[in-house]
Amino acid sequence: MNLLEIKNLSLFKDNRPILNNLSMDIWAGHVHAVIGPNGAGKSTLANTIMGLSGYRDFEGDILLEGESIAPLSVDERARRGITLLFQEPARFEGLGVMSFILAGAKEKSRAVAEEALAKVGLAPEKYLMRAVDKTLSGGERKRIELASIYAMKPRLVLMDEPDSGVDIDSIKYIFSIIKELRKAGSTVVLITHSPEVLRRADHAFLICAGTLVDKGEMSRMFDYFNGKCVPCAHVGQPVEDAVAQTPAST
Amino acid sequence: MSELTLTEKEKLLAELLASINQHRFAPDVAHVEIHGNQVLNKNLVEGLIVEAETIEDGVQVHIRVKRGVALKNPVHFCFGLIPDNGVQRIVIDTVIEQGAHATFIANCTFPNAVNVRHLMNATIEIKEGASLSYFERHTHGPEGGVTIVPVTNVRVHEDGRFSTEFELIKGAAGIIELDYAAEVDANATVDMKTRIFGRASDRIHIKEAAHLAGPGSTGVLTSHIALKNTATATIENELVADAPYARGHVDCKEIVQDEAKARAIPIVQVNNHLAHVTHEAAIGSVDSKQLETLLSRGLTEDEATEMIIQGLLS
Repeated sequence: MNLLEIKNLSLFKDNRPILNNLSMDIWAGHVHAVIGPNGAGKSTLANTIMGLSGYRDFEGDILLEGESIAPLSVDERARRGITLLFQEPARFEGLGVMSFILAGAKEKSRAVAEEALAKVGLAPEKYLMRAVDKTLSGGERKRIELASIYAMKPRLVLMDEPDSGVDIDSIKYIFSIIKELRKAGSTVVLITHSPEVLRRADHAFLICAGTLVDKGEMSRMFDYFNGKCVPCAHVGQPVEDAVAQTPAST
Repeated sequence: MSELTLTEKEKLLAELLASINQHRFAPDVAHVEIHGNQVLNKNLVEGLIVEAETIEDGVQVHIRVKRGVALKNPVHFCFGLIPDNGVQRIVIDTVIEQGAHATFIANCTFPNAVNVRHLMNATIEIKEGASLSYFERHTHGPEGGVTIVPVTNVRVHEDGRFSTEFELIKGAAGIIELDYAAEVDANATVDMKTRIFGRASDRIHIKEAAHLAGPGSTGVLTSHIALKNTATATIENELVADAPYARGHVDCKEIVQDEAKARAIPIVQVNNHLAHVTHEAAIGSVDSKQLETLLSRGLTEDEATEMIIQGLLS
């Protein structure tokens, strides 16, 4: 069953197509990956689904359980269960870790914040009283943001490069949260160009120059990472040329 | 102000303390309560001397922490005026003697102010190896009829440490003319912070200055201001480093909403090639990345903005 349907989605910046007639079905309860080279439009897709500023003026439609979310603001979409893990987490001067984690949580208790922190491998007694500011490393902020998403119990989580800025020892917590979210019934979309992250998905979409060029089982999509760049056309070309070089999407 | 009867004093003291939600202090906590030009109550501890005398429109206070004494608990000062108009002038000279350490917490409360002037003229001397942490919290009523003019001159001797924090978050600020200046000797430290939420037609003018005169001296000037409605603020931070290995930083952040206006005038000056001073300033609306992060958790724009501002001012 589809939780989210993306229908003929196109988005232009400076008259250039960033997303080009993209259609995708996001199945409920699955972990999906969106892969592709730098500049393919992966983050743009996540930002457009979330409805961020600068990503609202698109063609096509985005349906959540059959209902268009195009007119909804970011917070309205979030209250319907969609959320986004930003590639580069924001810093909040003076805002406590506990307040931040509980911002979107339905149950606003210390126990919820502690559990969420523990899930991302951060000791609650060390972090709960700190601020989400520059005294935390980028990796710590990312894990705290993941904790806030875990506490929110969303229906659909868009994760933009969940492993970026996270040290090698901490990546296991990111992967564990993906598993936990899925277990709790959330649908996850991983925006990535990491084969390690792709391994956590059931299913992947390959996009190039804003166009869907392939989709299928995660295992089949590994060719893209094996240096073959197949069937993705090279980036940096006009979108029409790049798409013309790719086989028809399956 | 005429001499108060005992009953009047007790009544005012109760109102003053109630307005800052501090009804009772433990016996080993020093505290001084001043209403208008009257000292209503005073409790001192070993090593702390506080002498106060009434002047026409306020109180002159001499404070001394004796050499080598480290006060275990913060000393609480409560200043204020319960009536809706009047003047309170506080003239304070403070000496923290060699190797002494103290924390002062001042609550200034003007809950009914319509036309109140609170004038503070302070000199603070932190002797060699001593330290003073001074926290001043203002609680005003909703009318904003308060003019606050705190003028403070600080001298921090070698290896001394002075930190001050001025907070006005609850109630309307009214008019604030804050002027703090510090002279910092060798290996001494000064840390000044102001956190103010300006609303309605509040007018805020902050001047913080530190002169890093001694080798290895350090200074941090921080101003975090949030403004809404038609409030205005001008922030002048001046940090001058004259000595080798002096280090300083100026941090000015102002969030502006509605028709409010903010202006920052940072001056950083280095007169020695071995000194180093940095500066950062940001004025504008709420950061869009912060806002969108909280929106994507389901907070409304108003809720998210409030949370960001409370964080900045916390």
